[in-house]
This record gives sequence, structure tokens and C-alpha cells, in this order.
Amino acid sequence: MATLSVCQPQLGGFSFENCKRNAVLEAEVTKLGCNIPSARKTGTTICGVVFKDGIVLGADTRATEGMIVADKNCSKIHYISPNIYCCGAGTAADTEMTTQIISSNLELHSLSTSRLPRVATANRMLKQMLFRYQGHIGAALVLGGVDCNGPHLYSIYPHGSTDKLPYVTMGSGSLAAMAVFEDRYKQDMEEEDAKRLVRDAIAAGIFNDLGSGSNIDLCVITKGRVDYLRPHDMANKKGVRLIRPVYAYKQGTTGVLTKSVIKLDLEVVEETVQTMDTS
Amino acid sequence: MPLSQLKDSVPVTGMGPQVGAYGVQDTLRSGFSSVKNELLPSHALELSEKNFQLNQDKINFSNLRNIQGLHAPLKLQMEYRAARQIQRLPFLQSSHLALDTLKGNDESISFEDILNDPAQSEMMGEPHVMVEYKLGMM
Repeated sequence: MATLSVCQPQLGGFSFENCKRNAVLEAEVTKLGCNIPSARKTGTTICGVVFKDGIVLGADTRATEGMIVADKNCSKIHYISPNIYCCGAGTAADTEMTTQIISSNLELHSLSTSRLPRVATANRMLKQMLFRYQGHIGAALVLGGVDCNGPHLYSIYPHGSTDKLPYVTMGSGSLAAMAVFEDRYKQDMEEEDAKRLVRDAIAAGIFNDLGSGSNIDLCVITKGRVDYLRPHDMANKKGVRLIRPVYAYKQGTTGVLTKSVIKLDLEVVEETVQTMDTS
Repeated sequence: MPLSQLKDSVPVTGMGPQVGAYGVQDTLRSGFSSVKNELLPSHALELSEKNFQLNQDKINFSNLRNIQGLHAPLKLQMEYRAARQIQRLPFLQSSHLALDTLKGNDESISFEDILNDPAQSEMMGEPHVMVEYKLGMM
């Protein structure tokens, strides 16, 4: 807290005041053998594919914190504008804040140009912001949408590089999903085929990668229509727990060998009446 | 075609000993000195973020000079200088409306608007010190 800051007015944005303190704390803690808490990552499978009339985006729904599942049903397909959606992998908070900031900026931009925003605009804004922070913002995104020039699909890496492709996958399960895409992708698919392909790609990620799991969310974007299917498919269903557990066995579970009834004769020995004091 | 002014002219502000009036460490105003604190930035992005707006402006003016001639950036800088003077005293919150409109910041949202809002800061500036600093009397 240098006194110089008292002379100049405060600025907004990221503050690096505590970085040195944090580095010292981390060194002390590792000396003692503990770990500092880690950020929640989404360790994910996300993917997208361009079909005849538009885009299908798919994502799993598991968020992990180290070796623990932090959120069994988190939503990884974020809204950017009515015709553009974005899937996010990496640090959960980073993807959330980044997509929200870009969504606000696109809204302001579209109000000032009075046009439907283009996917290339969102891509350019994202890549400039991520490059500015040199990869410290851990957000790997799959951006897809339909605008006046047709359907577009981009993949954006945390350091700011982007790719424009007909099918993309990101996240820890991206290799499993890409294997499915490479095998079965065709140009100009129908909507149902595209949905089935994306569902199978995400399922491959869910079953073969520890960081992905739970349900499959899909988002189908065409000109003038968006279908946000959450959940589209529950790949890992938890067992149903009985509300009142029934531990009694049915009659006839155990076979009866013999049956004998002995009548007990009871006789009355003593009879007393005690009055209760109810005053 | 003169090369843009950018090449040798990005000073690394902010890192370096805080010298006072006589060329010595000014302990009263900037606290105790420590070589480690001043030589290295505490985070890789610290310097880049501190100078980001300045560098962007330099790049933009440089491009404008190369494309449209010397008059264009001169006129814009004159307008910025005029707009920058429309503000309250330094320890009060000023809206910088004219400056924001000129720079185009009124149509975008970034981390400067969301994180560390100066209006919500816990430290208040010392009014006398801040005005003296601004007037160059300190």
C-alpha cells in the first residue's frame, strides 16, 4: 500500500497488490506439505459442428475441483447474443466472466449499429481480450452462430489464437470427441444426423475422460431459431433411492418346514386400581 | 516514409526508485524501499496492464499519422487534452463523460468497469495531498 497511491486517484481493473504476498504464502504452505485451494475447472468435453442450415453445439455438464466433482449439472453453453452461443472449457469463472463481458459488449455494439451481431465480431473481441491477458485467463471456447453470412464455427484458445473450422472440439475430452468427428463427419448433414453425431462425440468424451461426465447438453442454432436442449441426454443416471426403505421380506420368502401352536393359560393374580392426580 | 514513433519510446513507468526532491529515496511519501519490490514486477501482467491504455493510444496515433498525415493525431490529441480537463478535484469521483465518449469507452465494458470500481474503494484519498500532487506543488 504505497503512499504514492494516496496521491493519485484509484484505477479500476485488475489489482496486483497481493501477488507477492500470495507467492510468499504459497512457498510457506508447500514447505509445510499442504496445498493451497485450486480453482474450479470444467475439465470438459465441448464440441461443435456445422450442418446444412446452421450449427449444433454440444457440452457435458461436469465441473471438477481437483479430484472432486464440484458441480454435477453445470451449464457450459453460454449465451452471447440471440443468434450466437459459446461453449466454455478451462477455469469455470474465467469462461463465465469472459462470455458475459463479450455478450454485453456485443449487445452495446449491436444497439449502436442496429444490426444483428456477426460471429466474426464476437470472435475478434474474444481473441483480442484473451491475447491482452497472455493466457492468464484460462478460457478455451467454442463459439458458434448463424448471422447474415451463414453459419460460422470458431475455436478460441486461452492465449488468443482462433481457428475457423467445420467441426471443433475442446477440453480434456477433446481427443475422444474428435475421434468420433473424424470418423463420421460429412458436409451438409441434416439436423437429426448432426445432433446424433454431436451427442455421440460428447458421450465418447464422458465415458473415456475422467474430467467429463453427467449429462449431455445440446444447442441447435439455425437462422431465426435456437433450440437449447438441456439436458438432451442423461448418460450417467444416478440410481433411484427409495423414500421409505422397505426392509421387510415378503411372505413366503423363507420356506416353512413345521408349525406348532402352544396355548398359554394365564390366570389373574392381583387387581389394583391407582387413581391419578389430575388437579 | 518516417518509421512510426513506437520503436524506442515505450518507457517502463512505475518500476524504479521513488526519488523525492533531492534525488534520494522519499521515505515519507513512498514508504520503505526494497530492491526486490522495485526491480521485478510482482506479476507478469502488471507492467503490461499499467501501460495498456497508453500503449494502445500510441499505436493508434502512430497508425493515424502514417495513414492520414500529421494533422489527424494532433487534432485528436488536442480534443483529448481539452476533455481531460473537465473533471472534479482529484479526490472526488468524476464521470469523465466527454473523455469516454471521445475514446469510445462509453460503448464497451471491460474489467476496468467491473473489478475494483474506484467509487467502491476502501481507501479514501487525502484531499490536501492529492490536490498538491496534482498541482505539482509536492
